[in-house]
Amino acid sequence: MKHHGVNHPNLLRNYVLIFLIGLFLVLPFFLNPYFLHIMIMTFLFAYLSRSWDLIGGYAGQFFLGPVAMFGIGGYTSTLLYVHFNLYPWIGMVIGGILGMAIGISLCYLSFRFGLTGIYFGLATLTFPEILRIVVLSLEIFGGVNGVLIPLRKSSLLHFQFDGKIPYYYISFFMMLLSIYIMYRIEKSKSGYYYIAIREDEEAAESLGIDTFKYKLIATGIGCFLLSIGGTFHAQYLMFVSPDSSFGIAVTLEIIIRSIVGGVGTLLGPVIGSFILTPLSDISRGILGGYRGVHLMLFGVIIILIILFLPQGVGKWFEKLYDNLRTLFEEKISFLVKKDEFIKYK
Amino acid sequence: MISVTFILQLLINGLLRGSIYALAAIGLTLIFGVMNIVNFAHGTFVMLGLYISYWLYALLGIDPYISLVISVPTLFVIGGLIEKYTIHYSIDAPEINQFLITVGILLFIENMALFIFSPDFRAVRVEYQGAIISIGELIIGIIPLVASAISVALTVGLYLFLKKTDLGRALRAVAANKEGARLMGINLNYIYFIAFGIGSACAGAAGTIISPMYYIFPQVGHLFLLLSFVIVIMGGQGNFIGAFLGGLIIGVVESLCIIFVTGSIKDAIVFSCFILVLFFKPFGLFGKKER
Repeated sequence: MKHHGVNHPNLLRNYVLIFLIGLFLVLPFFLNPYFLHIMIMTFLFAYLSRSWDLIGGYAGQFFLGPVAMFGIGGYTSTLLYVHFNLYPWIGMVIGGILGMAIGISLCYLSFRFGLTGIYFGLATLTFPEILRIVVLSLEIFGGVNGVLIPLRKSSLLHFQFDGKIPYYYISFFMMLLSIYIMYRIEKSKSGYYYIAIREDEEAAESLGIDTFKYKLIATGIGCFLLSIGGTFHAQYLMFVSPDSSFGIAVTLEIIIRSIVGGVGTLLGPVIGSFILTPLSDISRGILGGYRGVHLMLFGVIIILIILFLPQGVGKWFEKLYDNLRTLFEEKISFLVKKDEFIKYK
Repeated sequence: MISVTFILQLLINGLLRGSIYALAAIGLTLIFGVMNIVNFAHGTFVMLGLYISYWLYALLGIDPYISLVISVPTLFVIGGLIEKYTIHYSIDAPEINQFLITVGILLFIENMALFIFSPDFRAVRVEYQGAIISIGELIIGIIPLVASAISVALTVGLYLFLKKTDLGRALRAVAANKEGARLMGINLNYIYFIAFGIGSACAGAAGTIISPMYYIFPQVGHLFLLLSFVIVIMGGQGNFIGAFLGGLIIGVVESLCIIFVTGSIKDAIVFSCFILVLFFKPFGLFGKKER
């Protein structure tokens, strides 16, 4: 009998949330720079993967070009900073808008010409490759070596800091922001539209949902967020290069986290990043001496996860959480019962 | 400066190179047509073909064109086993899962090559390396000519196999209608195994054929992977002749690009053409309306 328990279904969720946020807020003071770096990359890829999943998971589009927007964001802010001394924060917004505009145009054309499935996937996979070659070949974009961000001074305005801790907090809040945006979309009416579009686009259309419009909205928001992630990545590493910004490897890194955690779920991409980022960084640290071995391992992990957990690890966590919640409610209801018992006496 | 001879020369170079691209792409289009899976690990099979002929040449002194006898069956078995133990289980999975499983295979094989063979650039240098035939002012290298002839021969052989033999008919039947083919008693598991094996063998053959022309390193497959995609889409899904013509077109376009641009920008042009083809001719240049 459930009604004996605390009548607040989100109580446990809120406890867990507050605990986790508190934990991550104090955590950086106990970490050495190496683990701080791992945490920053974990947050960043959780953010990127969460943003991609809006397009690739919720809207269900086979979007293989997140790295285009990621690179555009990084290059825009960096070039504006280097050549025009424009603060990276402003460059970030400009890069975001540019990435969004390009992403929307690409997807608009693709949807208009009826590209779906693997055809849409190949178009979006090829697009960043074109950008990579253009950036690589033209000296105004820094060519093969990329662009170094000049070291000015450690200040918030210049998006440059001495230690890693400020980057930690920025990336942490970016991750929270992306989750919050997704949460709001999920709870709004359009969240249900996206589920309908993902499950059966034609059926959704016949019910009167403007699938074209909603797919473009998802693309726009996702691309904007991805571009901003690119600026953060550039400022954190203090340089941009064709491969680190537009490389297909980055696309894979982003998408794989979402698949591992669970595509089209609120926390799936975040869980995926919390599993894969430390795993790949630490395995790189241990196996770095043997060139290529850690990527072999990565390949095997991907294959195993797709074969044995095609729904993602997130589903498994969901079950664990549900069990925990049942246990929690039973405990509380037990306390309440005892209370009533005392009252009766 | 740009004379007719020059353009003719570029055309010939493009056609010779394109026929080899076509061989690799035909393997991809066969897998795409029969299994409806886009194999992102296709380029690594080209890489394996290159390494097989390199090591046979370096260790045993076997001519790269004779090593086809070894590389083709080897790649057939490797491809078949990969299909049987991994890809087979994702045939009905969502596209994104299929994409990632083939990417996982790509990462595994490519980095295994990196680990075992080191990232060094290697090359096969045969005695007839510089030999040429000249017709008037035109110059044709012996190696591209032989390579192209072999790949055309293999393509024709594969075409006849698909048209004339029972197994070939079964492959085409599965490509046309999976359920119908199964109702007619065709063993789908076996056909998938064969299709993936033949597809991988085509890539491996292309790799072996080009071994005297290219540098050999673990990431060499990427170029062929992207080019094969372009060609397959241009030709239309599973369209054998389309892929062959697509290969020739891409070879010529790439070759003629030299007139206008230099360096890697030509790849950007090829890819831009690809996106335009996707927009305007999503079923391929020679494709029919239905998929």
